[in-house]
Amino acid sequence: MEILFYVFATVLVGAAIGVITARNPVHSVLYLVLAFFNSAVLWLLLEAEFLAIVLVLVYVGAVMVLFLFVVMMLDVNVESVKSGFTRYAPVGVLVMVIIAVELAQVIWVRHMGLRGVGELTPMPADYNNTRELGLLLYTEYFYAFELAAVILLVAIVAAISLTMRRRPGLKAQDIARQVGVRREDRVKLVKMDAEERQ
Amino acid sequence: MQAVRNILKTFFLVELFAGLRLTLRNLFKPKFTVHYPEEKTPQSPRFRGLHAQRRYANGEERCIACKLCEAVCPALAITIESDVADDGTRRTTRYDIDLFKCIYCGFCEEACPVDAIVETRIHEYHMERRGENIMTKDKLLAVGDKYEAMIAADKAADARYR
Amino acid sequence: MAIWESIPEQFQMVLIILAQVLAVTIVVTLCVAYLTLAERKVIGYIQNRIGPNRVGPKGLLQPFADVIKLLLKEVVVPSSANRFLFVIAPLLSITPALAAWAVMPLFPGFTLANINAGLLYVLALTSLGVYGVILAGWASNSKYAFLGAMRSAAQIVAYEIAMGFALVAVVMASGSLNLGEIVEAQAGGAGLLNWFWLPLFPLFVVYFISGVAETNRAPFDVAEGESEIVAGFHVEYSGVTFAIFFLAEYANMILISALTAVFFLGGWLSPFQGLFGEDSVLGAPGLFWFALKTAFFLFCFLWFRATFPRYRYDQIMRLGWKIFIPVTIVWIFVLGAMIAFQVPPWFA
Repeated sequence: MEILFYVFATVLVGAAIGVITARNPVHSVLYLVLAFFNSAVLWLLLEAEFLAIVLVLVYVGAVMVLFLFVVMMLDVNVESVKSGFTRYAPVGVLVMVIIAVELAQVIWVRHMGLRGVGELTPMPADYNNTRELGLLLYTEYFYAFELAAVILLVAIVAAISLTMRRRPGLKAQDIARQVGVRREDRVKLVKMDAEERQ
Repeated sequence: MQAVRNILKTFFLVELFAGLRLTLRNLFKPKFTVHYPEEKTPQSPRFRGLHAQRRYANGEERCIACKLCEAVCPALAITIESDVADDGTRRTTRYDIDLFKCIYCGFCEEACPVDAIVETRIHEYHMERRGENIMTKDKLLAVGDKYEAMIAADKAADARYR
Repeated sequence: MAIWESIPEQFQMVLIILAQVLAVTIVVTLCVAYLTLAERKVIGYIQNRIGPNRVGPKGLLQPFADVIKLLLKEVVVPSSANRFLFVIAPLLSITPALAAWAVMPLFPGFTLANINAGLLYVLALTSLGVYGVILAGWASNSKYAFLGAMRSAAQIVAYEIAMGFALVAVVMASGSLNLGEIVEAQAGGAGLLNWFWLPLFPLFVVYFISGVAETNRAPFDVAEGESEIVAGFHVEYSGVTFAIFFLAEYANMILISALTAVFFLGGWLSPFQGLFGEDSVLGAPGLFWFALKTAFFLFCFLWFRATFPRYRYDQIMRLGWKIFIPVTIVWIFVLGAMIAFQVPPWFA
């Protein structure tokens, strides 16, 4: 188990480095996919199979596909992106330092806290963490859960209302009307006698 | 009312099922396929396939080197050279048909005043080496000699429409 | 036997699992091979032809002839294509299609990996198949391939949502994410009336149609629409790499058919369970029923392809977003009401 963890963790870190060093944005996205996969595997090793699968399902299966979609469509000019490197470097370093400090704190606090919890015991095989998560989400954290859902809904509505423009004079097809066409509206069968031979 | 009926029709996939029923019925219908090498579709006596040159019953070749076929050929597939033969008649010394150029229109056959060049019903032939696509006079006569019975029968069958 | 005994116990288990995996993979691959033949035969028959009948008796060896031909052909990597991604893309599309079989309940008490979140696992894997298509399209460095990949990506993402909602209803009805338990939940005296296709009928239809769209099959095959973009994402592929894409498409068809059978038609349950009893030949559950149901859906795939013309791209999007998703959401509410009022025989 230990070896497995280190193998996947190494690949994960390598992929994460790849994300920021790859020259081609599409390669970056693919490295990110690899990183998600490996973190999912790490969660599997922690017996959190629900989270692991949902990570793959949501991030790899949907979000990253859209990322790829956008990145492939954009013609990203690498040179122009690089030109701002020195200008933005101080901000980047600052953000990095903050993240590093926060991470260190979390690890340190965790480490202190874990001593009080004692040894972690593996759950029996029939333990279903999907059910447990569901029970917790829909009872104890119900309001927070619903609030998150509403916020997401608001975000969707906002995104749509920001991007939806009705330009006058735009020639677009009305699919509902096209689909609604019936044979009787378009085709008229006419019966007529054969004409006299000339 | 009509709108409601349309919506119901869409949601119950009425037209899709109509289409599916049609194809399902065709699934069980008898098939039209002809198993080619074992079975063959009937051929018309007018079928225009491989060319042949014919002879008269006494063995004299029909072609008189009038070059009408060469003139009429829309694909310029026919090349003719002629000379006076030993018996004083006009004969071809060279009569080549390039099968790659030929479009099998049958104009040569129509143009021929002596029914010398004909297109037979043979359509299953092939070439393996370069140059085999040129039907020389010898090859044309050989085909004509071999299939004379069939050619004569076909011409007889078609004669009353000409 | 003596050799077998001498192997340590953990390795014995690994070997047994490997053998099972190999058996399932080989059977699925063989099914793919014969599905290609079945497709040509069925479509031929529908078009009043007889299909391939030359290789072997009645054309039964045709798939092998095709495979050998494809294996012997040269793999052409286009110039200025991304070589690594170009080669890896077909593998990315075949792997999920085969890996999803790990959680498939084949007959009572048998799954390769009986995991609790099986349904989520299947959903996750089917959503991964799109990577092969996208990467193939991008790595080929061809506009046709790229257009095909873009279309396919948008389409798959759209239909996955409808599919997911349909599966939410299945989970609600069965109360489990484990595919084996979903099948068990459909057992009952009424036989085929007890299966979920009846209470979830609109979702059953939505799921199967979304499945057809997800596998890029006709009438939703705009990803390879040969009339406008030649062959779509696999236009630059040849030889083995093309064969793998082909294999993946058909493996996905089999997977979707099997999943539909499990979710809505009671998997390995017999339709005459109540009529003849569990002990009789016709009433007993087993692999036979599962295979029969899967075969029925596979036939539907071929039948649809022979019947319907290709959808226009914007109509596909409209169908996915504006019709299927609302229908599934409405029916989830209806289902909730049915469960709340304990409608017999399904939710009593």
